[in-house]
Amino acid sequence: MRQIHLAAHFPGVNNTTVWSDPASGSHIDFGSFVHLAQTAERAKFDFFFLAEGLSLREHAGRVHDLDVVGRPESFTILSALAAVTERIGLAATLTTTYHEPYELARALATLDHLSDGRAGWNLVTSTDALTGRNFSRGGYLPYDDRYVRGRELLESATRLWHSWRPEDLVADPASGHFVARPESGAFRYAGAQVDIEGRFSLPRSPQGRPVVIQAGDSDAGREFAAEHADGIFTRHGSLEAGQAFYADVKGRLARYGRSPDELLILPGVTFVLGDTDAEATELAEHVRREQVSGPTAMVFLEQLWNRELSEYDPDGPLPEIDPIEGESLIAPGSIPARSYTGRRQAVADEWRAEAEAGGLSIRELMVRKAARQTFVGSASTIARQLHDHVQARACDGFILVPHITPGGLDGFADRVVPLLQERGSFRTEYEGTTLREHLGLASPWPGAG
Amino acid sequence: MTNMTNNLHIAVGLKDAGWHPAAWREPGARPRDLLTAAWWVEQVREAQAGLLDLVTLDDSLALQSSDPDGPDDRVDAVRGRLDAMLLAARLAPVTEGIGIVPAVTTTHTEPFHVSTQVATLDYVSRGRAGWLATISPSRWEALHAGRRDLPSPEALLAEGAEHVEVVRLLWDSWEDGAEIRDAERHRFVDRSKLHHIDFEGARFQVRGPSITPRPPQGRPPILATQDGLGADAVLTDLVVLLDTSDAEAAERRARLDDRHPFEPPAPVFAGTASGLADVLAVHDVVRLLPAAIPHDLRAITRELVPILQARGRFRPAYEPGTLRERLGLGRPANRFAA
Repeated sequence: MRQIHLAAHFPGVNNTTVWSDPASGSHIDFGSFVHLAQTAERAKFDFFFLAEGLSLREHAGRVHDLDVVGRPESFTILSALAAVTERIGLAATLTTTYHEPYELARALATLDHLSDGRAGWNLVTSTDALTGRNFSRGGYLPYDDRYVRGRELLESATRLWHSWRPEDLVADPASGHFVARPESGAFRYAGAQVDIEGRFSLPRSPQGRPVVIQAGDSDAGREFAAEHADGIFTRHGSLEAGQAFYADVKGRLARYGRSPDELLILPGVTFVLGDTDAEATELAEHVRREQVSGPTAMVFLEQLWNRELSEYDPDGPLPEIDPIEGESLIAPGSIPARSYTGRRQAVADEWRAEAEAGGLSIRELMVRKAARQTFVGSASTIARQLHDHVQARACDGFILVPHITPGGLDGFADRVVPLLQERGSFRTEYEGTTLREHLGLASPWPGAG
Repeated sequence: MTNMTNNLHIAVGLKDAGWHPAAWREPGARPRDLLTAAWWVEQVREAQAGLLDLVTLDDSLALQSSDPDGPDDRVDAVRGRLDAMLLAARLAPVTEGIGIVPAVTTTHTEPFHVSTQVATLDYVSRGRAGWLATISPSRWEALHAGRRDLPSPEALLAEGAEHVEVVRLLWDSWEDGAEIRDAERHRFVDRSKLHHIDFEGARFQVRGPSITPRPPQGRPPILATQDGLGADAVLTDLVVLLDTSDAEAAERRARLDDRHPFEPPAPVFAGTASGLADVLAVHDVVRLLPAAIPHDLRAITRELVPILQARGRFRPAYEPGTLRERLGLGRPANRFAA
């Protein structure tokens, strides 16, 4: 039976997170991170996961204030969590655009040492002028250069992680040898964007190479993952889309001499759990409305329309004026806003037709469009669906995104996980100690590099 | 300083197995454990048991070397070290009272990352975070970061001061109480309390605001070992070898030096704990650099501290409050607050 891998995503700074719920706690206090990480560890999850955002979201030239705003720094949080957890993997999203290779490799190797082999890196490339203005690197990379830099960062980091052999660290007071070779840690990497040399300051960490996950759905992203990554963080949560994605990506591995089980497909998914399916459906409807308030619906609409629509009523019909075609002006850092570029009018026409046919207000339409609920039902329904997705090769597991901080995973841990364990598709105890072992991945040596 | 009766502020600098390059071969050293959390937790808890103000955690991008311009190819001294910022975060949840102050260079880092990391350390430690700001004049270290335009040490100090200023501005870019969670009006933050810093310096141009709300201390204390960075306090360093007699200390120093030549980064005191207590003058913060850990660290916490306490010159217990408060710095006003 195929085994399911599970990760817990700390709730993010988008509208999926319902901060207005009375049960919603701090997104900054360390206690919230401890709660979610320990809950996931109690449920034997593979890893805990942090997203990244290096600038505050802006809309119409102002800080977007409708969703959660603010987050702590990921490395610091994960390293602190290593002190209060024992087995669960600790993974952070880190962009190759605004992190430098040496410091990034050093921090990940340090996390791997301090957590006894539990470090993971979700590698993303970004092209976002707004974020660039927070860094001396400035500006941002042209789209095509993103993967050049991404590749060079991963290659150079991997070279650093390889620069110490396991037997280099001797530390024998009797013989007086601390290292076996004078050249321990020596490295040089000269690429188009990364040109570094020296002696890496971290001896070989427990995993050698921390687990590398790649997030990115483009053809270049899939190819990059097929060549380099241990996992892919994808958005394809449905069975059909998942199966297509799964077949496509796993089919690319052979050309790099890799077998299909060397790359795990892990969609990010949400869930709404109820005592019964009917109760969950009702709860899901409530959550959707909480996730898309009137003001949030207007923001979504403006992301497509690419102009301010403050004179329109979210409970009224869609605007009669047309979108402004072209690059996103209203939300320069927003991926959804950018994704409409070139097809704004066409999508607007579709939306108008759908709203008219259903008699939907702006908000009602946006609730429908913005829905991200992947699994809705009782514990047994959700367990069956998760199980079936993995058995049907739609994915190898899930990165679960709760909508409440920090208790949003409690019910899943208590009620869904035991049912997966009964089915025999999820571990009842950790067998290994490292994240790589939890994920069933072989040691990266000597193939990687 | 806040308290005239308990008027010494004592930090201890943690590095490798101690500051002497031969320390790792001494009895009690556990050189195989230097990359484990357990070793560092044990040392910081020792410093905490001695009620010390804070520990600093040494760092550099480059591998240790006796030659600042390159590797020395020696195999008989500690090589390899953890990133001090992450180490500090790993220590914070399992310690209390003591300040935790990682060294981070201003020469090869982004103020935005440093600002959010120290702020996060402050949240994780509940107001015990600090930052030991350093510069990195070594051309060899610069190659690790890929920086080839390394200016003079004087210019690096000016650049470092700019870095420090940006970090502080980013901490202030969120006013206290910016998070309002007004469910009625759907507003999570009061965005009039979030500020672009629009910093335009010679090296750094940073827009802000930070992604991380203003940390518990407002501005965690920034320490330095030299003037010129705009730090809140400049450390007065002293390498210490402490034994039961002056002769014993001198003998141990000779033995260590014989094993490995030592170029101390600061004046050296080799003698007894009571001798050290006699010479410790009031500075902003004196930082003792134990030549060998755990030996000299334990001598500080178990011998020096009780002597100072008996003389009424050192606190009998940690008082509640943040590291800033302990150092007499108070909570700073926010420069962006109306």
